[in-house]
Amino acid sequence: MMAVLNPRPEPTAPRDYQFPRWTRNSLSNGLQLVIAPVRRLPIVTLNMLIDAGAASEKRGEEGVANLTARALVEGTTRLSGFDLAERFERLGGSLDAGASWDFATLTTTVLSERLQDAFALFSEVLRSPGLPEREVLRLRTERLAGLLQLRAEPRGLADEMLAHFIYREASRYALPEDGSATSVARLGLAEVQAFYKARYKPGGMTLVVAGDVDADTVIALAEQTLGDWPPGAPDRTSADDQAARSTRAVHIVAKADAPQSEIRLGHVGLPRTHPDHFPVMLMNAVLGGLFSSRINLNLREVHGYTYGAFSVFEPRRQAGPFYVSTAVKSEVTGDAVREILLEIDRIRSEGIGSDELSLATSYLDGVFPIKYETTAAIAQALSALVVYGLADDYFDTYRGAVRGVTIADVLTAAANHLHPEALQLLVVGDPAVVGDPVERLAFGPLSVYDSEGTQLSG
Amino acid sequence: MSIAVQSFTLSNGLFVTLSEDHSAPIVAVNLWYHVGSANERPGRTGFAHLFEHMLFQGSANVGANEHFELVQRAGGTLNGSTWLDRTNYFETVPSHQLAIALWLEADRMGQLLPAMTQGKLDTQRDVVKNERRWSVDNQPYGTWWERVPAIGFPPEHPFHHSLIGSMEDLSEASLHDVEQFFATYYTPDNAVLTIAGDFDPSEARALVDKYFGQIPRGAGKPPLGDMSVAPSFGEPRRLVVEDEVMLPRIYLIFRAPVFGTEEHYDASIAGAILGMGKGSRLTRTLVREQQIASEVSVFTFDLAKGADLLVIDVTAQTGVDASILERAIVQQVDAIHERGVTHAEVERAAALIETQFTIAMQSAGDRADKLSMFATYFRDPNLVNAQSERYRKVTAARVSRFARERLGSDNRATLVYVPREVEPADQNLTATSAKST
Repeated sequence: MMAVLNPRPEPTAPRDYQFPRWTRNSLSNGLQLVIAPVRRLPIVTLNMLIDAGAASEKRGEEGVANLTARALVEGTTRLSGFDLAERFERLGGSLDAGASWDFATLTTTVLSERLQDAFALFSEVLRSPGLPEREVLRLRTERLAGLLQLRAEPRGLADEMLAHFIYREASRYALPEDGSATSVARLGLAEVQAFYKARYKPGGMTLVVAGDVDADTVIALAEQTLGDWPPGAPDRTSADDQAARSTRAVHIVAKADAPQSEIRLGHVGLPRTHPDHFPVMLMNAVLGGLFSSRINLNLREVHGYTYGAFSVFEPRRQAGPFYVSTAVKSEVTGDAVREILLEIDRIRSEGIGSDELSLATSYLDGVFPIKYETTAAIAQALSALVVYGLADDYFDTYRGAVRGVTIADVLTAAANHLHPEALQLLVVGDPAVVGDPVERLAFGPLSVYDSEGTQLSG
Repeated sequence: MSIAVQSFTLSNGLFVTLSEDHSAPIVAVNLWYHVGSANERPGRTGFAHLFEHMLFQGSANVGANEHFELVQRAGGTLNGSTWLDRTNYFETVPSHQLAIALWLEADRMGQLLPAMTQGKLDTQRDVVKNERRWSVDNQPYGTWWERVPAIGFPPEHPFHHSLIGSMEDLSEASLHDVEQFFATYYTPDNAVLTIAGDFDPSEARALVDKYFGQIPRGAGKPPLGDMSVAPSFGEPRRLVVEDEVMLPRIYLIFRAPVFGTEEHYDASIAGAILGMGKGSRLTRTLVREQQIASEVSVFTFDLAKGADLLVIDVTAQTGVDASILERAIVQQVDAIHERGVTHAEVERAAALIETQFTIAMQSAGDRADKLSMFATYFRDPNLVNAQSERYRKVTAARVSRFARERLGSDNRATLVYVPREVEPADQNLTATSAKST
């Protein structure tokens, strides 16, 4: 084979990019509108944000936010669930609803020529949901089936159990976003109706629209279909985000004969609105956020322990969790945990190199326009801005903020926001194989549980 | 919606498609190599995919792990994937970084072998074995990935065996295999390159010539084994698997016309009528009315050779027996097989597919991938612009005929997952509830 003499090329001059321009408007009943006209392809995304997330649930009713959101699309006072789905799908769209921690959403993407019809159905669903008991109970059964499936699904089980070991019992964050088997089993039509009545009010809603449409058209459609909805706003709520423990502990969830261990290491992180957001983002990118991050390169490319490993600070209004996540061959569970702990210690004590920072910075800076190719992604970005109350110029100043983070900022962020002394270690795996190696780590007191969370020993 | 398409072929056989779109300052580079698990020799299942991993381990002028690093440093995203009959590699970068993306792809197409070492192969073998554990062995229903093609194609057929491969075969893979596979399949005449997004066509063409033009043509690849199969199974096939699952799941598999044919569009619409969206027949009846299923999906493998597979995938609701679920699925399939579909159903399905396609075409990476696909299978990337029209032309009569001819009991294979009987728990352990729920 001949030698190719082409040297590694340099980039040419970058072209300007602007996040799509968008505007704020409101209806007289308090419903907010955020509209970003984007005229690339003939489609429009509608994203209604409703202040009715899981964090606003009452204790004992965990799961009602998601159940209510999902019940919305199961029919209106006028249309049966099937008729609604059929009508909407004949417009080419699917109408999806769900609740996350901080808000519920009703969302769809349709061809712009079908926007008017879709908008009318969309508004009807919000204002006059049928909330039929039969469908509510079916959705409850489906959620319970999902939770049952989780018992045999190590990845999902690990995520669910980790939250339970990180947050204290009084915290809503200790239970799954969609509720637990016990809490969901208690829910019925009355709880769904009450939750809808308390939280689905125009004063607690923002409609985010992105795509091939102008602001005036959206405002007119919103006025027409939602404008005479009587005003009102839901109560303000705030989730408890306190930790279960301030010291390390090991939690093994037994799965006999598991060929792999699902490993999670985590603690309470920080609220999305924390002023250290950007330094923490860069720090995490170097630690475990990118493919070329320390944890992934160490566990995957140096040791071949895993198909992949990452770390994340989950964004929420209150402090979401920080955790490292990976799945490794059972025999190397102890070694993998040791390497992760080393990486956490190393980034706190030694800081990072300028080449590592520049990789993370240039990646996050450069990939910015690539993240917003679709109307759904633009609507989602604007939704985050609304939900977390970010500044209106957030997306215009984002790249500068990323580039402004220094090595010293990253070191400070690691020192202040990584808490190795408070880490909870969770392993879903075979106790016969992982028990001894994990014990030898001398990480902390060890307990063993079954897949239901029942403690077996420790 | 019309996607710009301009194609040419280099003298070494590399088929190139350029698709300009200046709506954002980004550009996607996408390569399809016309090789997949179907090309593996006996005893080397999983090798095409293991080889894909090796392509990220550097090349003559690129260090180990540098491929990922250089693209990310350029502000780009990247990955690769392996399928039964193709392997693709792709990156989306800010448009002023087009050259580095092309240079990286050309360096590994032209000069991969100098960077290959036993140590890298051993590490990637371990990574892939962990990928297998993660996606197949330690995942409920995870073996469906290999069981569906295994039941859908006869044992000697190139699509029959596992794509992710067996642990034994992965252990056997050697550096010699890497060299041979590279020389045979990773040649410009067995690849297509697509560039989609914000670029200047003459500059892009010059870069392609400069970086790829001097890579020598291959010596030709051995033909695939016999791809032909009868249009239907002939007799019913059935496999029941006990697995670490909580709820039964049923896969009902049909041999289907190959991807790209007129009839394949009928098959897609039939599949969408059965299982796409809440208005589909299976979701309406099994999930909503009878409440015996918790999840429904219907999909095709999109295989362009031999035959495709149309697959119905339904998970039971809690407490529902697999046999009851199976009977109900069969009843719905019988209904469309015997009585056909309505115009309104075809319209609903076509509208959903059209919206989905338009949504996907917003992304430069997705556009490039579709263009590469049509270029690889049909040497005609322009087919991307014919898709909406071809779906719209499908009529109720066509779908009904497809259902009559292809969805009968002579063309059904059934794969059933049932929960494994659990041994009684150890009574000596003291159980105290740790969860507050």
